[in-house]
Amino acid sequence: MSTNSVFEVRTEEAPTLPAPVSTSGVIGWMRANLFSSIGNTVLTVIGVLIAYSLIAPLIQFALIDAVWTGDNREACLPQDGGHSGACWAYVEAYFPQFIYGRYPTEEIWRVNIVYFLFAALLVPLAMPSMPFKRTNALLFLVAFPIVAYFLLTGLVIGGTVILPIVETAVWGGLLVTLVIAVTGIVASLPLGIALALGRRSKMPVIKLVSIIFIEFWRGVPLITVLFMSSVMLPLFLPEGVTFDKLLRVLIGVTLFSAAYMAEVVRGGLQAIPKGQYEGAMALGLRFWPMMYLIILPQALKLVIPGIVNTFIGLFKDTTLVLIVGMFDLLGQIQSSFTDPTWSTPSQGHTGYLFAAIVFFVFCFGMSRYSIFMEKKLHTGHKR
Amino acid sequence: MAVMEQDSAQAPARASLVNDPKVRGLFYQVLLIGTLIFFGYFIVSNTIANLERQNIASGWGFLDISAGFGTSQALVDYTESSSYGRAIFVGFLNTLFVAVVGIFFATIIGFIVGIARLSNNWVVRQISYWYVELVRNVPLLLQIFFWYFAVLRAVPDKRDKWSFGFENFHLNITGLYGPKPVWEPGSAFIGYALIIAIAATFFIAKWAKKRQDATGQQFPIFRTALGLIICLPVITYLMTGMPMYLEHPNFVEEGPILRRGFELGVGARLIPEFLALTAALAIYTAAFIAEIVRAGIQAVNHGQTEAAHALGLRNSPTLRLVIIPQAMRVIIPPLTSQYLNLTKNSSLAVAIAYPDLVSMGGTVLNQTGQAIEIIAIWMAVYLSLSLITSAFMNWYNQRMALVER
Amino acid sequence: MTNKFLPLVLGAALGATATAASATTLEDIKGKGFIQCGVSQGLPGFSNPDAQGNWTGLDVDLCRAMASAVFGDAEAVKFTPLSAKERFTALQSGEVDVLSRNTTWTMSRDTQLGLNFAGVNYYDGQGFMVRKDLGVTSALELSGASVCTNTGTTTELNVADYFRANNMPYEIVAFEKADEVVAAYDAGRCDVYTTDASGLYAQRLKLTNPGDHMVLPEIISKEPLGPVVRQGDDEWFNIAKWTLNAMINAEELGVTSANVDEMKGSDNPSIKRLLGVDGAFGEGIGLSNDWAYNIIKNVGNYEESFNANVGPDTPLGISRGVNALWSDGGFLYAAPVR
Repeated sequence: MSTNSVFEVRTEEAPTLPAPVSTSGVIGWMRANLFSSIGNTVLTVIGVLIAYSLIAPLIQFALIDAVWTGDNREACLPQDGGHSGACWAYVEAYFPQFIYGRYPTEEIWRVNIVYFLFAALLVPLAMPSMPFKRTNALLFLVAFPIVAYFLLTGLVIGGTVILPIVETAVWGGLLVTLVIAVTGIVASLPLGIALALGRRSKMPVIKLVSIIFIEFWRGVPLITVLFMSSVMLPLFLPEGVTFDKLLRVLIGVTLFSAAYMAEVVRGGLQAIPKGQYEGAMALGLRFWPMMYLIILPQALKLVIPGIVNTFIGLFKDTTLVLIVGMFDLLGQIQSSFTDPTWSTPSQGHTGYLFAAIVFFVFCFGMSRYSIFMEKKLHTGHKR
Repeated sequence: MAVMEQDSAQAPARASLVNDPKVRGLFYQVLLIGTLIFFGYFIVSNTIANLERQNIASGWGFLDISAGFGTSQALVDYTESSSYGRAIFVGFLNTLFVAVVGIFFATIIGFIVGIARLSNNWVVRQISYWYVELVRNVPLLLQIFFWYFAVLRAVPDKRDKWSFGFENFHLNITGLYGPKPVWEPGSAFIGYALIIAIAATFFIAKWAKKRQDATGQQFPIFRTALGLIICLPVITYLMTGMPMYLEHPNFVEEGPILRRGFELGVGARLIPEFLALTAALAIYTAAFIAEIVRAGIQAVNHGQTEAAHALGLRNSPTLRLVIIPQAMRVIIPPLTSQYLNLTKNSSLAVAIAYPDLVSMGGTVLNQTGQAIEIIAIWMAVYLSLSLITSAFMNWYNQRMALVER
Repeated sequence: MTNKFLPLVLGAALGATATAASATTLEDIKGKGFIQCGVSQGLPGFSNPDAQGNWTGLDVDLCRAMASAVFGDAEAVKFTPLSAKERFTALQSGEVDVLSRNTTWTMSRDTQLGLNFAGVNYYDGQGFMVRKDLGVTSALELSGASVCTNTGTTTELNVADYFRANNMPYEIVAFEKADEVVAAYDAGRCDVYTTDASGLYAQRLKLTNPGDHMVLPEIISKEPLGPVVRQGDDEWFNIAKWTLNAMINAEELGVTSANVDEMKGSDNPSIKRLLGVDGAFGEGIGLSNDWAYNIIKNVGNYEESFNANVGPDTPLGISRGVNALWSDGGFLYAAPVR
């Protein structure tokens, strides 16, 4: 194909192209998204097969073969030697224990009030459109923990019993999971902020101490921290001083999550443009007023998704306390396996499935919220 | 701070000193050091008093005492008469083993799922999305229990097996069995050959790069390397008279029922605790890696894909040669922390009887009662692993970082 | 004194139960009004919580007996479930006042951990459980077996000793919690489940088909289980020791919770001394003289406790065996109240 001319002159009509493949409508969508090529079609078929092989047995177990009512193991035993489904009757019978642990039945209203207060304060706090954020946050972070503490543990003033003392040893189930996760986050917030500021400090000793603290706790697994708080902490205290077991775990969890919190907050501090610091200093603000009035309000708003993600991690990690002999939701479920009344081949699977559903609902919900906030905050600060 | 202000009110002469940021900084730092020293003294003195009062032994002498308990997996020689120190070392190696294998599989699954999240096939996209969401939002401990107890019941029992890979590999409730290479005298040469091949590959790669920089000619380095690393040891193996053979696991089908099944100690074996823990760790961490990979790929400007397509590259080379290398810069830092998380999470082994560092250490702690020493060992090991991994990743990150002109 | 002051302030701020050490454990306990008793996390027959959170079992009864001796009230006791790992630390640190958690009395525990064993409330020994279809009749046929057990207990060491001594290869699979050992054994991970024989009977209840399993006749170790207290407080040590002795003596003398009131009028001088009608033996251990009466009235004698919790009529179905009185050919031999 060599020609002397640099121009190309078309001498015949261009062939008519076929109409473009429809990409609208169900068939068009399927063509574009499922069967656009041979390779894609193969992927689609394999994908559907995998999904079917995973979902079908789960539905069979959890819904079709499931036993919904019954008083004891007889109801859930496999009929005529076949496969047995989930024994939801057992979950129903143990439901109060999974939610409250062995909290005394006549005092359960106290836990309910705490649950209610928790929800009533958290929901408006989480919704960006609700007013009175500062009051709400103060109520949630300061007043609520105090009220919840007395409601849950009991209150005795000068010998008169206002609320009977309830030992933490009888707490369990979702109550312990939430107490550990929420206390861990709320208590680690101030510590985390302090550490984050310390790590960015210009004073070498404070910076070094903060870095060592943060990296130490981030470098070790939570389970060793829990072992430490359960077997080593008692040795650190003088003779005759003992900490409640739950409190020891809380101390370990708080220190642990403070290190992670510090890194989240540091990310927020770094995202604040330098101009904000300079502006504040130009106004004559000292360090703490500058932080309190200008930097932290902006930085903390930015790191809400990060805090929520840390909380999700901590919420899942609370299951580890069962290894040191406490009864969180998973621990409580496991300990119910020893009850011969409900002992069936499907009991374990049912219990674990229930735990998985509860954790999934909580964590998935929180992660959706985190993404929602992230999108909402995806304004400003980006240059 | 209140103390400071009071001071300044009472002694105006020193006001300038108090307001001096250097002096204030010094004061706070001294205060912090003082508090830490006091706190440290408080803890140490209490601990010493408690240990003395309760007559608990301390010190590192226990490491030499015979342990007296066995283990289901040891990568080095270990018997019941080995020392406590040896037992902890065995646990440490087991932790490394599960972490390395877990990281390997987590990376592969994570990259596949991360890329699948961006597939233009709807089914693939949905499956990978729900995989990530389901796995990330359920506690790891629960998943470990699932893999151990649910899957344990699904595989054949001890007297039965599933075989695959031309009858070379077998699976049952006691683990995954395969052939074990047994080295005879003279097999060291095979090792030497391998080292030589790797060294040669290294130099050829350097030379090839130099040549490509100078002349633009490519050299099929990958094929050459593969050929060298496989052929050289194989040739040595044949020349030295085949000083290695494969020991196959021995499946006994007759005799007393207890003796049926795989014979202990013949062939290579991975215990079910290891398999369950690796599966759980890899699948859990892969979900996080997938999100990192997705974010990394999305961080690469779409123009890069379009430009690659315009150059005539197909989808797969575009991904491999253009997108992934650029995405790696974004991916590596968070990937590091996922690797570290996996290593730390391997300590959950204690729940399903995999003899890792925490599990073995815990047993020693129980036998000796020396909580402080054992916990110090745990912390030191995990901290050093953390530091080494992040040092390595920093070095790698620097190499991968964009060289700006 | 600052050493003690700081944690007290911290503790008050954090809501810790920071009790300053009084002179004696007994004074502490009388001050707070209950005994803090360390138990297992759930071992049927010995210490197990039911769905309502009430603890029952042989070990639990001992704590209730001590509460009866001190307060005359079997309910003046609170239970702390402890794992094998944390039990000694919990006692050493004062978190619990007495540890009644199927704990084996060994020399190293008695001498190196700052503890005192107050006696033996159950003579146990380590045994083996296997599936019946294995066709094994003796532990000596277990060569090559895989063995499931708990970590951090003497059983792990005993089984190692036993298999080594008999030159049998084996594989150990050691779990942190008893529930997981049972689940793994039930799933078929191991051929053998080993723990204290009493534990085997208790855990067998949790298996899918308890009838498919049998306990082998060999007992490979001595496991004297008993209550433990801190070293260095002889008064409290005596109370623990004599609570146990009182229960055994009561059985020997035929005093039960049903007939203890009429036995008060008995002519037998031993019964009179035990029930505090004669002499002032309770004062000798810092208690009232009707201490043993309260124990028997509220909790019962050893036989009653044994039969209610682990005896032949319970799901565990353990016969008295070596735990019978010395007069019936067993090991139980309590020092007399005299």
